[in-house]
Amino acid sequence: MSKSYRDGLPISPEKFVDQLMRLKRGSISRRDFLGLTGLGVATAVMARELGIMPTPALAAENLGDRMSIATWPNYHDPQTFENFKAETGVAVEVNVFGSNEEMLAKLQAGGSGWSLFVPTNYTISTYKKLGIIEPLDMAKLGNFDGSQEDARFTAEGTIDGTIYAVPKNWGTTGFAVNTKKLAKPMSSWKEFWDTAMAEGDGRTMVHDYQLTTIGNALKYYGYSFNSLKQDELAKAEELLLKVKPHLFAVSSDYQPSMRSGDAWMTMCWTNDGAQLHRDIAEIAYVLGKEGGEIWTDFYAIPKDAPNKPAGYALLNYLMNPKVAVKEHLANGAPSTDARVNALLPKEVLDNPILYPAADLLKPLEFGAAATLTDPGRAELMARFKSA
Amino acid sequence: MRGNLVRKNLLTALLLAPATLWLVVFLVLPFIAIAIFSVGERAPEGGYQAALTFAQYANLPARATAFWNTMVLAPVGAFACLLVAYPVAYYLALRAPQRWRLILLALIVIPFWTSLLMRTYAWMYILGGRGIPALLAYVGIEDLRLINTPGAVLLGIVYGYLPLMILPIYVSLERLDRRLLEASADLGATPLFTFLGVTLRLSLPGVMTGFSLVMILLLGEYLIPTLLGGGKVFFIGNALVDLFLQSRNWPFGSAIAITLVLVSVAVLIVANRISTRLSGARRVDLI
Repeated sequence: MSKSYRDGLPISPEKFVDQLMRLKRGSISRRDFLGLTGLGVATAVMARELGIMPTPALAAENLGDRMSIATWPNYHDPQTFENFKAETGVAVEVNVFGSNEEMLAKLQAGGSGWSLFVPTNYTISTYKKLGIIEPLDMAKLGNFDGSQEDARFTAEGTIDGTIYAVPKNWGTTGFAVNTKKLAKPMSSWKEFWDTAMAEGDGRTMVHDYQLTTIGNALKYYGYSFNSLKQDELAKAEELLLKVKPHLFAVSSDYQPSMRSGDAWMTMCWTNDGAQLHRDIAEIAYVLGKEGGEIWTDFYAIPKDAPNKPAGYALLNYLMNPKVAVKEHLANGAPSTDARVNALLPKEVLDNPILYPAADLLKPLEFGAAATLTDPGRAELMARFKSA
Repeated sequence: MRGNLVRKNLLTALLLAPATLWLVVFLVLPFIAIAIFSVGERAPEGGYQAALTFAQYANLPARATAFWNTMVLAPVGAFACLLVAYPVAYYLALRAPQRWRLILLALIVIPFWTSLLMRTYAWMYILGGRGIPALLAYVGIEDLRLINTPGAVLLGIVYGYLPLMILPIYVSLERLDRRLLEASADLGATPLFTFLGVTLRLSLPGVMTGFSLVMILLLGEYLIPTLLGGGKVFFIGNALVDLFLQSRNWPFGSAIAITLVLVSVAVLIVANRISTRLSGARRVDLI
């Protein structure tokens, strides 16, 4: 059929110049106008959404054909969502965030569009108070088994006997060090901050997240990670302002810079620490002996979720131990679920990044609900970033 | 006669209706909403609660650094764009062969088809440890850091905003009456003198358009400093993102946004004045 090799091309050079000249003269055909402005595509999409043009039927399960999840950077095995799509026909759009505050802001503004999201333990009571998350309908979550969960990590998902969130995994907040560049062994937050101003000058990253950045600065002086006391926060601010000129970046997405060698040391969550160490052996994960944060991330469903059936379906899918075990192998954070732990290989359970020694775990604190919404800490972070 | 006039007015109104509606829905209404937010209070859990207070405006000095950084970044960034853009526009309008001109112009515009976010991410990798520094390591220059420096931010800005500067200058140079250049030469002016006295002077309206266009957009910039500067330097754009997304102090964020809009309008007015004066009292519409 084809008469010339040019037939299949989107546009020939002559036609392109032709078009350009015509546009220059200000003349444009209706078809070109629709094409150039994207209105043609938009109309087609609208027609689909409004039901003027039928979508391929998946109506039997009524899950729709797409949903979106809000979660953290480097947090899932992408294959999980591919498999879910293959099984249900629902494509999962992944939105990545740097802090719980950001997630809260989006939910508060309304219309976030998420059908599932991953809040951290200390935020759930606030979400419940603001009435923006859904009490979970456990009948739809047959794969979840509360009796197999470690209550130490999962208690904050349940408020007054009602389950608002079920756990994804737990972990700690320490720091990652490229030991080839910074050879001196470190074991405390004091050393982290001191090194940032010395050998690690221009190569250290802190989170763009008030909870951990302020919290770990508080640990320099041995104060509580969750402190709201004026004088203690003032000391933390003093330290942060002193460190600021020496930093490489203030960002919660630190893996790319650590992997490329631009950054040598960063505040780091368990799962990122495990991934970095797995791929680059010289990157070590350190817990400050003064303490710091221990956390659990949960799954919850927003009240205004546009596709609750798919949200529940994905959540139930993720609660299947066979699916969850693959997630944990990819993500690197330890599981709260005994059924999953039973499936994990021995070298994972023996990994000290994932399961630190008891004396390191003991001083760690769970984030406190008050730090999420405290205006004083928010302003401190802003002053630090704007300094 | 009268009926004709009425019909003409009606037609004008009809033709203007879509644009007016657009302006009202997407500019005027949000602006009013933000103005109302700005006199409110931060709710205890964050967000907005109704009130009538000017405390947020009184608190503006708390973001003085952000305002200062932005007031430096915007003109410096725009000037850096101008320095790169002028020779390019000059070549395109006055020196490039006719048949190449459209293709070259297209090459300048085509990057706009991809989101600035994607293109800035690309720079993160070019400047990052696996990009140029890795190449330099081959020739023995070790541990050079390019990313997250002021230079990287400036580079990102020039890269991102260059076309917006080139196009208006190109347009004003293209309209240049070449006979004026010949006349200047005939009257004994050196090429440099001709350039300064004729070419540059007549292209100033284009320069001012490009300059104020880039500068106004830079007043709200936050992406490039965040990605290429490592989020260490705070601009008003960053302050806004933080106030709405991290500390969730909508009233304060709104007060800053309103102030930013007023500053932008002031910049526009001043630029217009300068432009009018420079072009010999000829009125120039900037955007």
